[in-house]
Amino acid sequence: MGKGWCLFFLFWPVAAVVSCAMAPMVGWSFPYDNAQAASNLGIRIDGLFYLILLVTAVVFVGTQAVLVYALWRGSNNRDERATYTHGNHKLELIWSIIPGVILLFLALYQMNLWADFRIKKYFPEAAVKAPIAEVTARQFEWRFRYPAIGKKLQPKPQADDLYSVNELHVPFGKPVMIQLRSEDVQHSFFLPALRIKQDALPGLQIPVWFEANKEGVYDLVCAELCGWGHYKMKAHVIVESEADYQNYLKNLTQQQFYDGLGKIAANENDSESEATEK
Amino acid sequence: MSVVHPSPTGLQPILKPQAHHAPGNFFTKYIFSTDHKIIAIQFLFTTLLMLIVGGALALAVRWQLAFPWESMPIVGPWLFSAEAGQISPEFYTMLFTMHATVMIFLVIIPILAGTFGNLLIPLMIGADDMAFPKLNMLSYWFIWPAIICFGMSFAYAGGPAAGWTAYPVLADLAQAAPGSGTAQTLWLLGVTFVGFSSMMGSINYMTTIINMRAPGMTFFRLPLTIWGLFITAILQAFALPVLTAGGFMQVTDRLLGTCFFYPSGLIINNADPTIGGGQPLLWQHLFWFYSHPAVYIMLLPVMGMISDMLSCMVRKPIFGYRPMIFSMSAIASLGFIVWGHHMFTSGMNPAVGMAFMVATMMIALPSAVKTFNWTATVWGGKVEFNTVTLNCIGFLSMFVVGGLSGIFMAAIPVDVYFHDTYFIVAHFHYVLFGATLFGVFAGIQFWFPKMFGRMMNEKLGKTHFLLTFIGANGTFFPMHFLGMQGMPRRYADPYLHGYLEHLLPMNQFMTISAILMGSAQILLFINIFYSMFFGPKAGRNPWNATTLEWTAPSPPPHGNFDEPPIIFHGPNEYAVHNGDKDFLLQTEKECEPPKPSDSETENNTDNDQETSS
Repeated sequence: MGKGWCLFFLFWPVAAVVSCAMAPMVGWSFPYDNAQAASNLGIRIDGLFYLILLVTAVVFVGTQAVLVYALWRGSNNRDERATYTHGNHKLELIWSIIPGVILLFLALYQMNLWADFRIKKYFPEAAVKAPIAEVTARQFEWRFRYPAIGKKLQPKPQADDLYSVNELHVPFGKPVMIQLRSEDVQHSFFLPALRIKQDALPGLQIPVWFEANKEGVYDLVCAELCGWGHYKMKAHVIVESEADYQNYLKNLTQQQFYDGLGKIAANENDSESEATEK
Repeated sequence: MSVVHPSPTGLQPILKPQAHHAPGNFFTKYIFSTDHKIIAIQFLFTTLLMLIVGGALALAVRWQLAFPWESMPIVGPWLFSAEAGQISPEFYTMLFTMHATVMIFLVIIPILAGTFGNLLIPLMIGADDMAFPKLNMLSYWFIWPAIICFGMSFAYAGGPAAGWTAYPVLADLAQAAPGSGTAQTLWLLGVTFVGFSSMMGSINYMTTIINMRAPGMTFFRLPLTIWGLFITAILQAFALPVLTAGGFMQVTDRLLGTCFFYPSGLIINNADPTIGGGQPLLWQHLFWFYSHPAVYIMLLPVMGMISDMLSCMVRKPIFGYRPMIFSMSAIASLGFIVWGHHMFTSGMNPAVGMAFMVATMMIALPSAVKTFNWTATVWGGKVEFNTVTLNCIGFLSMFVVGGLSGIFMAAIPVDVYFHDTYFIVAHFHYVLFGATLFGVFAGIQFWFPKMFGRMMNEKLGKTHFLLTFIGANGTFFPMHFLGMQGMPRRYADPYLHGYLEHLLPMNQFMTISAILMGSAQILLFINIFYSMFFGPKAGRNPWNATTLEWTAPSPPPHGNFDEPPIIFHGPNEYAVHNGDKDFLLQTEKECEPPKPSDSETENNTDNDQETSS
């Protein structure tokens, strides 16, 4: 019966490794186009993931194989007594130092990636200078505020700002930055395709930058519990060419400031009246 | 009992337990008992009852994920006839909040510290009871106000709906969501009561272990179980006050409007809370300063218990006794400085994240050392596949998976993607269900004879293990894939989003596995209740184990030992020549165990190195 149990315990690591190996083929891996991130930074993050996966897979297979082998031998052991040993100092040193070095390497290896990702000093300058939108999360929708064409995003809402709900347009091929905030409770800005996640904290304005490298419509979801409707904060990020993006902004301007007579109402002179309407 | 024994180390217990009389009637013997063994059994039954509750809540969550918005069978129409038996999103948030709350605060922490801590500490160190028996009794009875608070929150106030982490502002302002009202206040109160209970326990354990060890029981002769419980008690004592303080701050926020945790200018339900000036991040720091060490509170006792049980089951001394202690201490001390890894995406200064990342990476090291040591303990042993062994190996293999997936969490850029997805859920279920509960199952089976004087049924135990292990892996392993595909936690209906639509079949598979796993627990309950009354009678030492509790009768009488024990050596002397036995009780000094030599490598399977008498 002991052998049966050994096989039982052998089965699980084998099943785990096989299912992980075939995950990309059956679509169990990262979302969208062949599990490839839609941003260069995302591709680097995936690279780090696969590196860690490799390390952990080797450790996992190794420890499980040794464990099952030890069990197999142990269940065969017909000796009167087991081996008497209290341990081995050399072995302890070896298996402390080797994982220690690997872990330290992994820790140091990812520092640059993290700095590029989140430390503001390392953000692309162009993106920092001109945030393209302010993203406000609220129960249970996403609101976007763009500056008027040719203007810069101001911390306070401006009369000629453009607004949209649950649909964020961004140009691809260049780094863009958004200002993230929350109006009520805590939310989290999660763009799985771009491997972006940042909590929106009430009371804080958090800059987030990303650079999409291909066109597409990507899901934007909320990753931090924000109440009963948490699951239905459904929005899209539409990544398009610079020309399409400018077109979109133009259309948005026209829609928003159309006064019913076929004219565009908003200009610098009558922006005050628009502001009071809001 | 007042015989003074010569102590080989000159060590005498400093503190004698308060003389408490043997219990008289049924009431003082079984209900308000101050006997640590009865309190352990009270904890055991209470936590097992709560395990059923927590498991039922989990199955309800899984039902919604497999068959969203479909009427829940059997209990659905009865519970919420208004919604035709459907789980509403409000109810769903309450379900997972309460599942986590019940499992963490009412099952895992009390079953480890309460049941095994109470049962084993006095027995394993050779004391006749805890240092503070009445405090001990109170620590059990404070579980009940907590259960009542949680129950009232659930039954009368609609249930708390802010997750077990209770992040502000959702949990801090009554109008933030259905479930953020009175239910949340009751929930906070319940957590505080559980905190009182744990605190009383941990003070008692620390005092008992430090002061009441039998003569000869030096710190480095303590069984690893006691080391695990001791370090856990220290963790509790230092981390818990922070959560309690945070909890009080949240209560005053809610009831008195102190606004520690919410800033001004919020617009919730179109109502502006006029004052503010707080910061939600503050709660996260306070909360995780307790709740990250709490992860180890839920793991370290099991690590200790597994060490003793595994060593007994393979008839070998534990490999690297001192490294095991040092690694437990390292886990505990690092456990205090890694709380920030729960907050990598929170908006906390990202530069601080780097420090937390390095510390978190390093905490994997002592865990790895322990795993290697357990494996080396099995190596060259004599393995008999009984229920205890199986559950120990189940612990070991699940812990490896949970530990390794923790490395992904520690790597911040990867964690940013995985944070709050099912990958995290997979990770902590592998650790908390996979590792901890298998350890608990092994522990129940192993110490059952000491609790009730009877053995548990092997066939039932093995079947229970088999089904639970299959069910657990079937439920929790696919969660890694859900996480890879970006499925966030706590979604009542993930299929609403285009990129998650195709996950329904995988979720259904997991739910079926979860039902299998849940049903398997019926076997555990049958086994416990059947064996309590009809199991074969156990002698003093049915496992041929070495530690002190096995020198006492099963079950031990009031006062535990026939005479105060004296200890001569460390806890795991197996594979020795002691007459016709291969083990040496800690109280036996006849046989000098062979000296372990450094040249002796783990490859020595033959017994040619035996140098004993």
